[in-house]
Amino acid sequence: MRLHQAVRFAVLALFLAVPAAVAQDAAAGKAVYDLWCAECHGAEGLGDGSAANAMLPRPRNFSEARYQVRTTGSGELPTDADLVNVIQNGLPGTTMPGWPNLSDSETGDVIAYIKSFSRFFGQGDAPQAMDFGRDPGGGPAALEAGAAAYLALECEACHGSTGRGDGTSAPTLEDWRGLPIRAADLTEAWALNGGSSVEDIHTRVLTGLDGTPMPAAIDAMNGGVVTPDEVWQLAHYVASLGARETPPLLEVVRVGRADGALPADGSDAEWEDVEAFHFPLGGQVIEIPRNFAPTVDGVWVQGMHDGSDIVLRLQWNDPSRSPDPLWDEWQVKLMGALDMDGADSIALDSLGAPTLRPADAFTVQFPFEIPEDNERPYFLAGSARNPVYLWRWNSQDGVSAARGRGMESFEDLVDDPVVGDASWADGRWTLYVRRSIQSEDALSFTDGVAIPVAFSAWDGSSAEMGKRASISSWYYVLLEQPPSSTVVVTPLIAMLLTGAFGLVLVRRAQDRGRA
Amino acid sequence: MRLDLRNSSAAMFVALGIAACGGGGDAGSSGGGDTGGGAAPPAATIDPATVGTISGMINFAGDAPAMRAVDMSGEPDCAAAYTGGGPMTQSVLASGGGLANVFVYLSGGVSGAPAASGAVTLNQENCRYAPHVLGAQAGQDIQITNSDNLLHNINASPTTNRGFNISQPRAGITSTQKFASAEVMVPVRCDVHGWMGAYIGVVDHPYFAVSGANGSFRIANVPAGTYTATAWHEEYGEMTGSVTVTAGGSADLSFDYSASMAGADVPLGEPLVVGHDGAHTHAGQ
Repeated sequence: MRLHQAVRFAVLALFLAVPAAVAQDAAAGKAVYDLWCAECHGAEGLGDGSAANAMLPRPRNFSEARYQVRTTGSGELPTDADLVNVIQNGLPGTTMPGWPNLSDSETGDVIAYIKSFSRFFGQGDAPQAMDFGRDPGGGPAALEAGAAAYLALECEACHGSTGRGDGTSAPTLEDWRGLPIRAADLTEAWALNGGSSVEDIHTRVLTGLDGTPMPAAIDAMNGGVVTPDEVWQLAHYVASLGARETPPLLEVVRVGRADGALPADGSDAEWEDVEAFHFPLGGQVIEIPRNFAPTVDGVWVQGMHDGSDIVLRLQWNDPSRSPDPLWDEWQVKLMGALDMDGADSIALDSLGAPTLRPADAFTVQFPFEIPEDNERPYFLAGSARNPVYLWRWNSQDGVSAARGRGMESFEDLVDDPVVGDASWADGRWTLYVRRSIQSEDALSFTDGVAIPVAFSAWDGSSAEMGKRASISSWYYVLLEQPPSSTVVVTPLIAMLLTGAFGLVLVRRAQDRGRA
Repeated sequence: MRLDLRNSSAAMFVALGIAACGGGGDAGSSGGGDTGGGAAPPAATIDPATVGTISGMINFAGDAPAMRAVDMSGEPDCAAAYTGGGPMTQSVLASGGGLANVFVYLSGGVSGAPAASGAVTLNQENCRYAPHVLGAQAGQDIQITNSDNLLHNINASPTTNRGFNISQPRAGITSTQKFASAEVMVPVRCDVHGWMGAYIGVVDHPYFAVSGANGSFRIANVPAGTYTATAWHEEYGEMTGSVTVTAGGSADLSFDYSASMAGADVPLGEPLVVGHDGAHTHAGQ
């Protein structure tokens, strides 16, 4: 009772202090919470909803009032505006979606109810946002200073030298309850859970993300390691490491026709001029065992052909180059933290290390033949009736081809001419594959025809293998046709025909006029 | 409640006196000894004629488990500080029949306590916390310093209290934190160096100590009376005992741990029911 009253009082105080704030009614908030939030966060706000154990990071336990995304100092409670921000925008990169469907009053009410789960709210003064100072602005000099601040604050210890979350401490990171947690991939700013703007990043640097290993740099700044301006410049630098918005989904990989030789490998400089297409990957959650916390969240695809061969370059971020014993601890913790759907668990040896370290893997999936109608094979590796043609790569065996009849039925195509190679650097795999366009035994590529393609990825250090994959739905590759005579001639013919048709019409009109 | 400067310096002297017995056992950590002791009871509210001292021992029977090596190769500057077998785990430090790094505090019978004053310190030195186990009074400043010229973060995960997580990327950076409420223990972790852990025992009064390398501890300026005392060890769990302190006297208190207690249920971060009137509880738990 006392707690409830305290919350009420705090809410009232907030309301009086900030006239713009929306009135909050915890009782009304309960209805909103039970409908939308309880499934993950639990009926009592303990972060133990029925879906929670499949998720990493876990849903927030509101009784602890330990919030990552705040404008307040480390360890402090969030402001109401902070909570509104997270509810409206969600936490990108996690299972928390935004809730723009909630009205302002519903949002205010549910915040009041969420706060009532914790005794911390209502004690003392209302939380106050920190003073974050003024952004001195971006530009090349700022980015250079920001890069220096990145080193001065040793951000690379966890986030890695290029920001892909592959720092030396990354394999041992855990959240406050001992569950494994990723260092954010700063090159995918669209997936930063606190937002991707310079202001958002600046705030996260100074406040930290409570409950995670990300510390607040405020004492380092006050201690003179970096100046306040340099923290802003660091934010500009981090924001420059990747796109702020999710890359557009263009559905079709346009495979251009090369004028000269095709790129010889994944590091060929020629790739720099080839358009890259981004395809999101998500955890496979249809067949058991499912994967609710996939490592690989997307792939960049480039392609070229020369009329006889096709080459693809596929790049995806994965902070671990599996198999790697340095990630043993991560793998063991992850297997313990996730609901693995009863998947064959990997036994541990007497020292607690896993007895199996799965490889990293990737597949490019096509129909076995170009479908005559639009009937594509089942996207999860095909079916017995309608198989798929797969280019399979893993970090131990390299590239090979297979016929897939479902996620656990593969037949190696030993005579398939596909070749390829992969390399890993700074948290990113680059896979290069090459094959003749024509094939007697499997898919033959035809230019000018959209051919279905799909992608799957596995991070071995996260015990991903078999059905525990990251997958995409079907997209297309389109091999561009050569700039042959037909390209030039067809419009000419069309023009002539149009002209002739016009003449006929004119003649007829004239004939009628005479009649 | 006001802090008198003279009392404060006297208190610091007392704290150092306590610390001489506590917090030791850190190889290569010469500064560790001056941080393991207790808080500072201001003399203003204590008549020296009414207080006594608790002198105690944490005994350890049986063979201590072999310490495991810590791989500090990623931080060669730290690794170089450790000679012989290199850095080893700190979870069990037993020697000469005594057990180090046991947090001992009065858990019952304390009817009042001076306000917190002075500060306790937690140092990061050669990629280790010094001390490994630290006591603090609720509300008392905890000064956290980095003596290593590399990045550490100090990530405290209490449950009763608010936590914090701050970075100290260079030697000489200091942060001051405090915990408002009693909590035994608050785990502290450096996420950059997964092997770095410490525990902070927070109680409502200054009557606590941490056993030193030989297992001994000393709690000074305890008002005469009969108390329940609790000992906490990160591997062997909690034990309780009783002690009667007489004015001007020195009371003995010992706890007998043994290797067979390994795997004990170690309470951590649980709210502590202890306090001024013996009825202090933490709401919401």
